[in-house]
Amino acid sequence: MPTLINTQGVVEDTALTPVTLKEWQANPSEYAGKELELSVNSDETVDLFGADADQFKRICIDFPKFADGRGYSAARLLREKYGYKGELRSTGDVLIDQLFFMKRCGFDTFALREDQVLEDAIAAFSTFTNPYQNDVQDQRPLFRRRQG
Amino acid sequence: MYVYDEYDQQLLNERVAQFKGQTERYFAGKIAEDEFLPLRLQNGIYVQRYAPMLRIAVPYGALNSAQFRKLGHIARTYDKGYAHISTRQNVQFNWPALEDCPQILAELAEVQMHAVQTSGNCIRNTTTDEYAGVIAEEIVDPRPYCEVIRQWSTFHPEFAFLPRKFKIAVNAVPTEDRAAIAMHDVGLNIVKNDAGEIGFRVLVGGGLGRTPILGDYINEFLPEEDLLTYLDAIIRVYNQFGNRKQKYKARIKILVKALGMDRMRELVNEEFERIKDGEGKLTQAEIERVKKHFTDPDYKALSDEPAELVSAREENKAFARWLDRNVRKHKKPGYAVVTLTLKKIGTPPGDITAEQFDQVADLADEYSFGELRSTHHQNLVLADVEQTQLFALWQKLKALGFATPTLGLLTDMICCPGGDFCALANAKSIPISQDIQKRFDDLDYLNDLGEIDLNISGCMNACGHHHVGNIGILGVDKGGEEFYQVTLGGNSGGNKADDASLGKIVGPSFAREEVADVVAKILDYYVAQRTEGESFLEVYRRLGHGPFKEVAYADAN
Repeated sequence: MPTLINTQGVVEDTALTPVTLKEWQANPSEYAGKELELSVNSDETVDLFGADADQFKRICIDFPKFADGRGYSAARLLREKYGYKGELRSTGDVLIDQLFFMKRCGFDTFALREDQVLEDAIAAFSTFTNPYQNDVQDQRPLFRRRQG
Repeated sequence: MYVYDEYDQQLLNERVAQFKGQTERYFAGKIAEDEFLPLRLQNGIYVQRYAPMLRIAVPYGALNSAQFRKLGHIARTYDKGYAHISTRQNVQFNWPALEDCPQILAELAEVQMHAVQTSGNCIRNTTTDEYAGVIAEEIVDPRPYCEVIRQWSTFHPEFAFLPRKFKIAVNAVPTEDRAAIAMHDVGLNIVKNDAGEIGFRVLVGGGLGRTPILGDYINEFLPEEDLLTYLDAIIRVYNQFGNRKQKYKARIKILVKALGMDRMRELVNEEFERIKDGEGKLTQAEIERVKKHFTDPDYKALSDEPAELVSAREENKAFARWLDRNVRKHKKPGYAVVTLTLKKIGTPPGDITAEQFDQVADLADEYSFGELRSTHHQNLVLADVEQTQLFALWQKLKALGFATPTLGLLTDMICCPGGDFCALANAKSIPISQDIQKRFDDLDYLNDLGEIDLNISGCMNACGHHHVGNIGILGVDKGGEEFYQVTLGGNSGGNKADDASLGKIVGPSFAREEVADVVAKILDYYVAQRTEGESFLEVYRRLGHGPFKEVAYADAN
């Protein structure tokens, strides 16, 4: 079992009604009034569901392999283009050295792969103090934050 | 050159700490081999045939003497006493121990150097013209834009795991392209519009490797403040829709071909329109801040052609030849741009020893404001030398073996490390370069041939850029034996920005001992067919592939 964490430590999962993109698209009305958790795989790019994102309390974006970086753009687009305010969770091959990037792209919970060391994972969220780029957490790139 | 402030230095120090921790976790068995791979790659560490290779970033080829001495120190302390200048203007060490790499990176950070993103499926070191900032022909100094791109691309949160590597190059000279931008994932041609504003003509989808493709224009004029958001848009489209199933179809060039340029442009523009006026938009204040790092050094008021230069040239034929070939006109009267050719016979192209690092650093301090550059052609440049000092400098360079007067000539080859070092290579490339250097060692003949690019790669990954050599040589494996394919007519940039072309294969490959003879036959034919002042490439384009192919396979008389 993966360890569910946020940037501070282990968190309890909350039970929602799980749904895949295919299931939901086939019959959205079936899920009306329910608190939904949408799970998408990395082939399901956000252009396919971004406009409906606010229907879901939680969206889980799968990383089938740590080297598959599509989920970073997916998260960022959900936050910045589609204005998604719900919970964004990374699932699948979630390793320590991806966490800092994931946080910056707008994920707030992380299903850490079970063999990863929790303490190292929490430490990884503060790898860099002042990154160069704008991100979901801070819309200003360093050149707008730089003093003097 | 750009000098780090506390933010840049803090980021780099944190990177050193991060990689040290990653390496410790790897040696403690907490990170699996295949999961450590992208982490070490993004810190420049490949595992090569005999040892790891550590590739140090030299952002757009800019170096100072303290950095150069540090590289010498690393070659001496952690390697076998030498290093190699790569075609991305970087520096490669071929023999460090993986255990030492965190310490090497810590020492490099002391002089504001690193190995960040010199490998892996991420945005690589941005390259540009080695003469940036010192030639009159450029529209504007491209280096501040390269630095802006460096900062934007460094630890980009979204683009660390792209489908494949991503390379950007910048050119600012309308009449020439030393940065070979058409063979990059994104090529930026700096232009000025009718209103006198700076912008970029943006090429996308170039690249060599198995499927060589030249980039095509996606945007005819991108205003300078839109640079970063536009790059974000391009790479965001690529990151989502690029092919991740097959490594050899994963570069952006394949996506551009699959979508078509019109569709690609539409997708990029849609994303760009959304973000272009957001906080990510580059500010004039930032452009000005970075430009302040690239102001002219304290040039003296001097005149061209001082008496001591004129007389030394008249008295010394070898010096005159070197001046003609390796020294270039500077934008300031009384100064000159000097290229140090790392192409001495008997030495692999681009190789430099620990002692030479120190000696060249001293020369940079004495003759060129303490700065130097590395080049796409695997040479070094001292960019600000007083013309009165050229004779003294030449004598010292000769003693170092860096004054071979062959810049741009046949034996100023681009050559990858090849099968002598690289685990990917199908064949050795350095011995081919040495065969050619030995065969064509007559300077009068080389000068008579004129400018000609000969590029050698040890495999189809094309690190030696054989596709864009006027003459390209590619190592291939045939039943376990090394053979060499010859291509003709490639051009990496040439005398105008849109003049790049890919070479065409002449036919069946040759054994190693035949290669120099084949090159000789092709050159003899060129010499016989040319008219006054006509270059090899011009003759090839005029006569076409057929006759050259015929002579390549004709029996020697």
